[in-house]
Amino acid sequence: MKINKIIISFVSAVVILLSTSVVSFAKVVGDKIILGAAISLTGKYSSNGVHTQNGYNMAVDRINNMGGVKVGGKTYKFDIIYYDDESNPKRAAQLAERLISQDGVEFMLGPYSSGLTKAIAPVTEKYGVPMVEANGASRSLFTKGYKYLFAVLAPANLYLDVAIDLAVEKNNGKGVSVAMAFEQDAFSQDVRLGVLDAIKRTGSKKVIDDKLPKELNDMAATLVKVKQMKPDVLVVSGHTKGALTAIRQISEMKVDVPMLAMTHCDAAKLSKQHGKNSQYALCASQWHKTLTYKDKFFKDGMTYDADFTKEFGYAPPYQAAESSAALLVFKDAFERANSFDQKKVRDALAATNMQTFYGNIKFAPGGQNVDKPMVLFQVMCDDGGKCENKVVAPTKWASAKLIHPIPSWSKR
Amino acid sequence: MISVQACLDGILLGILFALIAYGMALQWGVMNIINIAQGDLVILGGYIAYFMYLYGIHPAWGVIVSPIIMYFVGIAIYKLVINKVVDRDLFISILATFGISILFMQLMNFAFGADVVLANSDYGTTMLFNSNVVLPNSKIFSAFISILFAICLVIYMKKSKLGRAIRATAQNSRAAKILGVDTEKVYAATFGINAALCGVAGALISITFTIHPYMGLPYTIRSFMIVIVAGLGNLPGVAMSGMGLGVFEEFADYILGTEFRIGSVFLLLVLILVYRRFKLSRKREYLK
Repeated sequence: MKINKIIISFVSAVVILLSTSVVSFAKVVGDKIILGAAISLTGKYSSNGVHTQNGYNMAVDRINNMGGVKVGGKTYKFDIIYYDDESNPKRAAQLAERLISQDGVEFMLGPYSSGLTKAIAPVTEKYGVPMVEANGASRSLFTKGYKYLFAVLAPANLYLDVAIDLAVEKNNGKGVSVAMAFEQDAFSQDVRLGVLDAIKRTGSKKVIDDKLPKELNDMAATLVKVKQMKPDVLVVSGHTKGALTAIRQISEMKVDVPMLAMTHCDAAKLSKQHGKNSQYALCASQWHKTLTYKDKFFKDGMTYDADFTKEFGYAPPYQAAESSAALLVFKDAFERANSFDQKKVRDALAATNMQTFYGNIKFAPGGQNVDKPMVLFQVMCDDGGKCENKVVAPTKWASAKLIHPIPSWSKR
Repeated sequence: MISVQACLDGILLGILFALIAYGMALQWGVMNIINIAQGDLVILGGYIAYFMYLYGIHPAWGVIVSPIIMYFVGIAIYKLVINKVVDRDLFISILATFGISILFMQLMNFAFGADVVLANSDYGTTMLFNSNVVLPNSKIFSAFISILFAICLVIYMKKSKLGRAIRATAQNSRAAKILGVDTEKVYAATFGINAALCGVAGALISITFTIHPYMGLPYTIRSFMIVIVAGLGNLPGVAMSGMGLGVFEEFADYILGTEFRIGSVFLLLVLILVYRRFKLSRKREYLK
């Protein structure tokens, strides 16, 4: 009997302790606004997961050091609870549930990748938790009627349509022939839909439309078709694997195309891994340090680049920059809402219209950012083999002139 | 010219896959273990070559260094896990090697990061038929090295004492044991040789394609298919089936489209298995 009593008292003590600790983790404690985030710190997305986390942390420190967030005449500081989602959508959804129902988080930051954002969005929507995400670009995220999801980045269908416009412009406004090679995943297929729209809009025609397998490591068959069809533009999207495989095999098979456009060059470290072979490739990017957008926290892209490099020891990829921008959006929304009421913050987020170092941010009803165009940079190398990414489109932001057509391999 | 290109691409690709399948067939035949971690051993071998490349050594040397290291990795895996499942049900070995596969993926991700990487060999390109057929020299090199290792292994299996012991164990492990063959040692060596072959293939893949900690499974599946088509213990069959599947895959890509590439290979596999079953059932004899 005595043992039973001891067990009962122990269990009761644990329950009381747990319940108080849940309360102590609630959304706003003292002068802290606690945000929740499930991030891929291990697993296949861990590199970009770390970039995302570094971007969040950098913005939290910067905002906290520069006066914090002012709500109801009081100053608050940001804090983030992180969990590792192991790059696994199921785990990400579980962690979102845990953050909201156990840790009491009432505002969320997004994970890395469209797939994981897709897994988390139904959970945040169910609980009415506003989520600002910076790394889920798939179009399907913005067509489901989510009310609490806001993405600071341009949707996937806008990634490469700029390239088609550019090719048409170079062809004196006449349509061009386009060869497409896209991996069979949600993101790449969204990019493909955007390219198809651009082809239709510009009166161009598609000559190859290959869907590459997920375990993509060989594009030789597609490239042989490209050699036969001689298209004006070759567009490739298959994450980092796709970018690296394409450049390797294009250079090995000496495939000549006037324009080559792709995604994920930044993440693939194309110019580092392939050197001069990656020269002239056009790459879609959400952000580039030379863009002249400004804000009071990070000043501009160049300053952000320098500060980030100083703090983390590597140049920020766009995944880090957009993650930092997500915090700026939250700060702005809290201050405009002047409340921590989730509905009011949600409405304030929906009414966002601001400029950050990363770009302009204004959300469409679906939650995607409609005020920030994608940029295209071109890999340009000097004679010593040192390669740099230079923005070539849209013309407003261009820091170098587009080299078009790409010189043939025999002349390189 | 497209068909010549498709044929050559398929053959070169198939030879490389056949090397991986060769190791799988050997170990499956001798130990009756289906190694799900086969592809992960390949990727680990690839990382060895990649790190040599990072330190300024030409990645082609990986085809010598990687198998040596991987041989010992194979022996270690055998001593730690495989020897406990070697005489058990096939299902247990699949589970055990599946566990090893997950462990390897996570360890490689932890140690090398989640970036997709490659090693540049700068071998250039061979142009044939007035530049209408283009073959990367890295692929030719890979095929050549794969054939070389396969031939060496066949000779070793025929001539050496250990090779004979391995073959004897594959035929009847109990009888081999009674005749004085140390089957435990044979099993360890077989697993080590398989890992070494994976090491060679991995080094070649880092030169020819790309590597990533989570990219192993497609290589396991492909080698499994090649072995299934060729049949166990049929080493020349493995080479033929590797090349055949490679060529079939390339042609399926040209004719049906890239999205049907993998699907058509699986369809072929099903057809072959159905045909085999049909052929076997005709041979079946009944006691009346």
